[in-house]
Amino acid sequence: MTPSDTHRAIDAIWRIESARLIARLTRMVGDVGIAEDVAQDALVAALETWPESGVPDNPGAWLMATAKHRAIDHLRRAKRLERKHEELGLEIEERQERAVQDLDVAIDDPVGDDLLRLVFIACHPVLSTEARVALTLRLLGGLTTEEIARAFLVPVPTIAQRIVRAKRSLTAARVPFEVPRGEELAARLSSVLAVIYLVFNEGYSATAGDAWVRPELCEDAMRLGRMLAELMPGEAEVHGLVAMMEIQASRLRARVGPSGEPVLLLDQDRSRWDKLLIGRGLAALARAEQLGGPHGPYALQGAIAACHARARTPEETDWTRLTALYDALAQLTPSPVVEVNRAVAYAFAFGPAAGLEIVDAVAAEPALQEYHLLPSVRGDLLARLGRFGEARVEFERAAALTRNTRERELLLGRAAACAGGKPGA
Amino acid sequence: MRFLSIYKTVERKTPPTQEEMDRMGKYIEESMKSGALLATEGCLPSALGARIRSNGGKITVIDGPFTEAKEVVGGFALLQAGSKEEAVELTKRFLAFVGGDGECELRQIYEAPALAER
Repeated sequence: MTPSDTHRAIDAIWRIESARLIARLTRMVGDVGIAEDVAQDALVAALETWPESGVPDNPGAWLMATAKHRAIDHLRRAKRLERKHEELGLEIEERQERAVQDLDVAIDDPVGDDLLRLVFIACHPVLSTEARVALTLRLLGGLTTEEIARAFLVPVPTIAQRIVRAKRSLTAARVPFEVPRGEELAARLSSVLAVIYLVFNEGYSATAGDAWVRPELCEDAMRLGRMLAELMPGEAEVHGLVAMMEIQASRLRARVGPSGEPVLLLDQDRSRWDKLLIGRGLAALARAEQLGGPHGPYALQGAIAACHARARTPEETDWTRLTALYDALAQLTPSPVVEVNRAVAYAFAFGPAAGLEIVDAVAAEPALQEYHLLPSVRGDLLARLGRFGEARVEFERAAALTRNTRERELLLGRAAACAGGKPGA
Repeated sequence: MRFLSIYKTVERKTPPTQEEMDRMGKYIEESMKSGALLATEGCLPSALGARIRSNGGKITVIDGPFTEAKEVVGGFALLQAGSKEEAVELTKRFLAFVGGDGECELRQIYEAPALAER
């Protein structure tokens, strides 16, 4: 192996091992910031040693053992310091004494519990959403600061600072390294799911930059989701989120046309959908449904995605079921965007007038004034009802709002057709 | 990136023991947990398989077992990895886990690009 080969191998090993490493170390030293520093020290040691000695047979154990030594050094140093600062109290000293004793035990314990604790720390409510996302990708996704910055098109120092501040806030708030229980669990879990969903969405419909989709971010989110689903097999919403991500990601290849234009769901070439991901998504949804209870918002979105995935052609789509799913989603998480989607489902299931009624109810929503899909959907429904004059106005408005050139052409084409008294779709 | 890992090993005459099955089950569960293993299956004896070959426009079928071959396909895994190195690392772990002599052929899967410029 050349040195650069070894470096690439180390990068790969880091991506596989870092989350477990940091999780375990956090339990030992009781602070996620110190744990990450110690883990980074072990990584630096690997970068220094392995190009000479070669990659060890069990690189994960090597990193763990090295990090463990550093952690012990750290704890001893901290203890010496504490003797000098007795005001810090006996309790902390005892805890760290215990931590040193725990080190060997901890090596043999299943790491899953620690990973889960790390997930909840990284998505802790004392942190801003941005900080949660950065910390989750860094601690659990094994991404470097540079990779996170690139993914979110933010300067590297911004992300670096965000991570440093986040770790400091966690220390300052003395956030315990534990999985929340009882009533707290539901709220904390939904914050974790929101972080994963946000990462996925940023990949699926990038809000910034030139690329319309960034599949690597989707992959990172899916990895996190799959991990969480195995760590919390009894939580239906986790499986629901995984189902939604797997099925939506199955369409990534079909969402972009030959010249880079976005292709809407009903126009996609379904043979390009990724059958493997659909299969995994449907299995995840089945797991969510087997757990019983009413669908949560993620399971509902998973079920909506599954409804489309099961239809071999757009005509086979079970629109009636979709209206029911959107009704439930609108009740759980009411939003104007959900209403627009609900309107589309109603229009397909019960005719354009039923859809138009829903769209008109939300048309005045301030949140939707820049949302080009609203006039685009409204225009389509009006055209299907033969109200071409009004439809034309809506298509023109949608064309003015979209940032996508090809979509604008399409909308202007439909507006022109309406001017000629035809629906133009 | 996705990789296909095809595992080849000397064919055994005995079926796996319950203990081996349990160990493998646990390993697969762990790998699924990391999100890196998308799919995996193990093969039944080659006696139940066949080789179908096209040569000069003629198709021939040779039923198993493939006794003349030193190593036969024992199973496959479909991996999701951030780089080839990561897939190599995951595959090394699998080989270390199963033990014994064997080889994995690792091939990157073609994926239609999903990237597009706005």
